[in-house]
Amino acid sequence: MKVTSIRLVAVGAVATLALAACGSGSSGGSGAAATGGTVKVGIKFDQPGLGLKTGSTYTGFDVDVANYIAKELGFTPEFVEAVSSQRETLISSGQVKYIVGTYSITDSRKQKVSFAGPYFIAGQDLLVRSDETAITGPDSLTGKRLCSVKGSTSAANLQKKYPGINLQEYNTYTLCVDALKAGSVDALTTDNTILAGYAAQEQNKGKLKVVGTTFSTENYGVGLKKGDTAFCDQVTTALNKFIDSGEWQKSVDKNLGPAGFKPGPGNPPKPAPCS
Amino acid sequence: MSASVLFDAPGPRARARHRLTALAGALLVAAFVAFALFKLGERGNLAADKWSPFATGSMWVDYLIPGLLNTLKAAAISIVLAAIFGLVFGMGRLSHNGPIRWLSTVVVEFFRSVPVLVMMMAAFGLYTFNNVFQSEINPLAAVVTGLTLYNGAVVAELLRSGVGGLPRGQSEAGLSIGLTPTQTLRAILLPQAVTAMLPALVGQLVVVLKDTALGQIITYPELLNTYQQIGSNWGNPVPAILFIAVIFILINYALTVLAARVESRLRRRGRPTIHEAAGGPGAPAPVEDATDEARHHADEERLRGH
Amino acid sequence: MGELFAQYNILAAFGMTILLTVFSAIGSLVIGTVVAVLRVSPVGLFQKVGAFYVNTLRNTPLTLIIIASNIVMAVNLGFNFTEDIARNNIIWAIIGLSVYHAAFVCEALRSGVNTVPVGQAEAARSVGLTFGQSLTEVLLPQAFRGAITPLGNTLIALTKNTTVATAIGVAEVSGLMKEMQEFRPDLIVPIFGIVAIGFVILTLPVGLLTTHLSRRLAVKR
Repeated sequence: MKVTSIRLVAVGAVATLALAACGSGSSGGSGAAATGGTVKVGIKFDQPGLGLKTGSTYTGFDVDVANYIAKELGFTPEFVEAVSSQRETLISSGQVKYIVGTYSITDSRKQKVSFAGPYFIAGQDLLVRSDETAITGPDSLTGKRLCSVKGSTSAANLQKKYPGINLQEYNTYTLCVDALKAGSVDALTTDNTILAGYAAQEQNKGKLKVVGTTFSTENYGVGLKKGDTAFCDQVTTALNKFIDSGEWQKSVDKNLGPAGFKPGPGNPPKPAPCS
Repeated sequence: MSASVLFDAPGPRARARHRLTALAGALLVAAFVAFALFKLGERGNLAADKWSPFATGSMWVDYLIPGLLNTLKAAAISIVLAAIFGLVFGMGRLSHNGPIRWLSTVVVEFFRSVPVLVMMMAAFGLYTFNNVFQSEINPLAAVVTGLTLYNGAVVAELLRSGVGGLPRGQSEAGLSIGLTPTQTLRAILLPQAVTAMLPALVGQLVVVLKDTALGQIITYPELLNTYQQIGSNWGNPVPAILFIAVIFILINYALTVLAARVESRLRRRGRPTIHEAAGGPGAPAPVEDATDEARHHADEERLRGH
Repeated sequence: MGELFAQYNILAAFGMTILLTVFSAIGSLVIGTVVAVLRVSPVGLFQKVGAFYVNTLRNTPLTLIIIASNIVMAVNLGFNFTEDIARNNIIWAIIGLSVYHAAFVCEALRSGVNTVPVGQAEAARSVGLTFGQSLTEVLLPQAFRGAITPLGNTLIALTKNTTVATAIGVAEVSGLMKEMQEFRPDLIVPIFGIVAIGFVILTLPVGLLTTHLSRRLAVKR
């Protein structure tokens, strides 16, 4: 009778829910052993030159670093997207063993995770069109249109310091690059590595350039579980080898170099000992 | 009311005039489209290398399909949970117990008036700060939470208006054969109301599916979000956005058509139906009455006329 | 809680929400009325255009429309109203919101038109009014009254949907909320409370008012 119809709806509901739950449950990660087997590694998926998903593979300087560490420690990396706002959670909940994703070492982050490194010293810089001559640094930005990504304090700080800046904020740098090429903004600001990555991309070649006057210092580290000193030491050793063997330079040249980008002073850095 | 009473069947001169206005309108649209295409072309957005990636397998296998699956997953979980939430609180609002009714009303009204995005962001912040889920599930959980709370509240309203729209004789009959009010509600009124709100529920699925795109703002890797990766890889964010828009429109249009089908099928079987919330996102369903019923028929007739 | 108010300009953000709501409400009412007239007009092509508009816009995520209004219209097609990016984004957000909600206003008006008995139109026609006259003098005035409830619902939806403008960097409430959450993750619950109550305060009176108005202005038949 009528009663059946409501039951049917309920049964259907539960079935759908169970199905949907199955779909999401399979990929739960766990802190795998440090040696042998596969280990989940967090990288960026949308930053050319650093960590970019190209089809089913990944390319970039950070990816090279991540791969080198994995090779040295004897396991196969399985890449997971580490969105900036999710990095600490990914590590502290043990879903990734480590993260190589434009991860600046800061005191507030050190309270939640540990870092090996630095393996690169980046700095906030500006990306402009290659025919741009008026913009030479932050102080020439007054009256100019600047693009940045929402939630990044760097652009907000810049705007506070130079109130004449016309700020456009998006969710992603890709839109900034597009707006820059279209001429509706004059500059894009973030770490020079990210900017160099965009400038080096095939479709942007000859169209964009990095200004080259950094106005902050970002020490990129490999994020890993807080207090795991043994693992941190292994990673540091691998980083040292990466730098000393010349692989570091090769990777920088290959991923960030094509647009004429040269790493700033202090590079390659000496990774600090783990504490 | 049919539109045709508004004007006489146009004569030759009127028809000529209509053709002229239509032509002028078409020209205007064509001019804008031409201008847009010209400008897009000027920016290189019509270049073959920006669009050819959409014909590659990698685009679909590695970007669009995973994104679409995530969109569908979030929508499916949300609509099911929203139906359950709506059933519980819809019944709560119909309860004969004062406090339960009062509490359900407050819950439903509250979640109906808070933006979905705000609920998603709050849930996301709460989950990540407290490590509630594994972090790769956090964005999905937050999207589902926001969508469930809001759409559940809408479903609760649909259910209430569905029961309110039933003939009074139904509950009187139930009571007179000795069922308690609760039994009457569960065994007689609700099954009819649930059937009646099926098309509205399918229509609500469109709202849910569209709102999963809000997940983009809290980093859920749904379909809209893929334009960031696609744009980074091929340098074509604008074509990607336009392409994804077409996918969304096609899916939602199909769902809208499905909702209309379900409704006309129920109507053929002589069941009353609740119309899809007229105000769209955020709109509670109107309580059925005679004029609304007339409106549906008029609507349908007009749809058929097209 | 007071700390949050002292540190962040929550009222200014809500002011932006109200500004977006008011202007988009006017915009969507104008566009929606035009589309509704198209849909009941005698010209077949116009009816199709109206239907196409509603079906397309109703089925597109608002987030996508807002992002596209900025990226496609402002950045790529070069439609800029002012040099000031922030203000330009506000204007495009208002246009995006208007265009999207116009589809719902159109449907609300159509449902309003449908509450007008056929006899009214027949009477108007039989005393010799033209299509335009019978529409503006007889049908639309009654249709607006009949459409008050769905229009009110659309207005409520619009108020809440202004939050999506954050996608192109408009400084309204949800953007501020994200910022507050990032810097004060310990205060997530009070932050949500403030924002949620703000929206309840904004939307509740609209609901009450439309219920009241729809009763008072209902065409007695």
